Amino acid sequence: MKNNTPKGVSGKIPFWRDIRVLRVLFQVIFLLGVILLLVILYTNMLKGLRGLGLTLNLDFLQDEAGFDISEGIPYEPSDVYLKAFWVGILNTLKVSIIGIVCATLLGLLFGIARLSSNWLIRTIATAYVECFRNVPLLLQILFWYTAVVGQLPRVRESIALFGGVFINNRGIYLPSPEPTSGLKIWLGFLGAGFLLAVILYVVRWRKLQQLDRPGFRAKWALPAFLIVALCGWFLTPDRPFTLDLPVLQGFNFKGGMRFSPEFSALLIALSVYTGAFIAEIVRSGIQSVVKGQREAARAVGLSESQTLRLIVLPQSIPIIVPPLTSQYLNLTKNSSLAVAIGFPDLVSVGNTMMTQTGQSIPVFAMIMASYLVMSLTTSAAMNWYNRWINRVGF
Amino acid sequence: MHKFLFRVSAFVLAIALVVPLLAEGEEGILDKVKNRGRLICGVNKELPGFGFLGQDGEWKGFDVDYGRAIAAAVLGDPNKVEFRPLKAAERFPALQTGEIDVLIRNTTWTLTRDTDLGADFCPPTFYDGQGFMLRKELGITSLKELAGATIGVTAGSTTELNLADTTRALGIEVESIVFEETETLYQSYDQGRCDAVTSDKSQLVSRRQSLKNPDDHIILDVTISKEPLGPVTVHGDNKWNDVVSWVVYATFSAEEHGITQANVSTFKPENTENPEIKRFLGLDESGGMGEKLGLSKDWARQVIAAVGNYGEIFDRNLTPLGLPRGVNKPWTQGGLLYAMPFR
Repeated sequence: MKNNTPKGVSGKIPFWRDIRVLRVLFQVIFLLGVILLLVILYTNMLKGLRGLGLTLNLDFLQDEAGFDISEGIPYEPSDVYLKAFWVGILNTLKVSIIGIVCATLLGLLFGIARLSSNWLIRTIATAYVECFRNVPLLLQILFWYTAVVGQLPRVRESIALFGGVFINNRGIYLPSPEPTSGLKIWLGFLGAGFLLAVILYVVRWRKLQQLDRPGFRAKWALPAFLIVALCGWFLTPDRPFTLDLPVLQGFNFKGGMRFSPEFSALLIALSVYTGAFIAEIVRSGIQSVVKGQREAARAVGLSESQTLRLIVLPQSIPIIVPPLTSQYLNLTKNSSLAVAIGFPDLVSVGNTMMTQTGQSIPVFAMIMASYLVMSLTTSAAMNWYNRWINRVGF
Repeated sequence: MHKFLFRVSAFVLAIALVVPLLAEGEEGILDKVKNRGRLICGVNKELPGFGFLGQDGEWKGFDVDYGRAIAAAVLGDPNKVEFRPLKAAERFPALQTGEIDVLIRNTTWTLTRDTDLGADFCPPTFYDGQGFMLRKELGITSLKELAGATIGVTAGSTTELNLADTTRALGIEVESIVFEETETLYQSYDQGRCDAVTSDKSQLVSRRQSLKNPDDHIILDVTISKEPLGPVTVHGDNKWNDVVSWVVYATFSAEEHGITQANVSTFKPENTENPEIKRFLGLDESGGMGEKLGLSKDWARQVIAAVGNYGEIFDRNLTPLGLPRGVNKPWTQGGLLYAMPFR
């Protein structure tokens, strides 16, 4: 560009006219404004707290909690608040992880069922999605808790199923496997089987590449692993596990594994509710692959299952995963509604801590930070999975 | 572009400057209530006898009547009060943040709450104790027999802590299930989810009425704690705490002197000799006790005319539930209710 600056005027633009300087300047001013606002809000909060004679600190976490928690890892009322909070976090994780697995299975099943050519299957799947997607989750949780789980028979009239399974309104009691001395030997067998499986997997993969043909890569590895595991089970002198059966003692069943009614109701409600959303995501993912792709696959002679595995799914998974991640995050956060039915999750334990100590703000911050960490971890894992599946293929 | 940025920056700066101004200008709760023309009172909505929203939309109960009494004293009208239903775990945050003016929700006075929770307690209006309710058919008479039982309790209550203390002291293991909503707690107990519920005895008596078969349930004859229940104000507003405290004393004092809702209007300057009653009802020449509290001269008369004396409030709300007066009698009859002197 030609310099048009008239004679006598310096070529330098004053900084208040220089757009490059101004851009930075305004951003700095904006940032300062935001910081100022935050500082003012924070000092205002401290002032308010001082007026009430309260201080912000985390010392209370080392004090004795004094309240009991009905389920989770071993915990005593004489343990400290920090331990109680940890029990809450683990309970939230437990219900979220199992819930995510169940919701995904339900969603896959009903999502594919919605595309079925069978009228009955298609209609049932549509009814499921529309019913559970359109009723508030809190109502569903209360429904499962009071109208379904709560209506199960009392302890003394428990429904006894085969193999020591008992169902009553105190929960579902299952026999639990107790490890014995034989477990170590069996684990050795499992390790050997796994090694063998890895080798067979690689060999088969190579072979498929050589033949330049699609195929199921774990076709040899999976049966080999199962055979070794099974042989190990019977060759080990003691069986690796014995079953601990639940027995009625006094008020309740003792022994075995137990899913409490609160946990069961929450898990069912979360899985069924989120499953309905996932079903729609799966359906939209599959339908997003244009019809011509399927037709082309059939034209080159791929079977129905090969079409799904090699043509449809690789294209729909990148579309399914991002909204699926959101549903996983929703499920985790929705588990906080547990407080309504007395499941001791993070929020429930946090609430008790707040009312017992008065440290609302630190406890709130701790709860928020915990959910943030869980959510960021989930979405990081899902993003990694999405990249991996795009690279490696299905 | 930079014009837009400039505007946004200016906006943020303006907010930053205005927010602290808004936070200034603090006034006491008494003035706030007077200016608003309405008292906001946090109550329980699920406890018949203490705080309960009837089917006709009318608030009823012992705690509710105390809310009306304060409104009558401050604003001269017992109906100028708004009741906010609160769960146990919500009550202290609601008080701390100034969402409510006074908390009258069967709240136990403890040292931790007095110091760490930013609460100031007024004289207890009901002396209670924690008990256990369970099914008659279990045939249980003592706490030791509850070993292994499942016990329901409300979240954020002193009862939750007392239960843990008691079972530790007895060396028994129980499973406690913590419910956020009183309603869900008793529903689950009724369905047999828990073997027993524990709470203030008054609450057990009150809630037993709404179980499917009230006669199938007994309240154990043990009391594991002291539960002095009374109104609570936020820490640091002494003037407001004085007002609420003396409204409570006014109901005690009226019962001591035999002043009732029915006869309060018959007390006139001409026919009243007792100087304490004169001062109490504002019948004397001077500004009286009301002025010192920042209230009208006849505030105590308004309170009694609106809700009656302590005995009347009790009889109206709690006697129908079958709750005996127990220690909740005037000190002159061997009870714990003791009004400080009105002078």
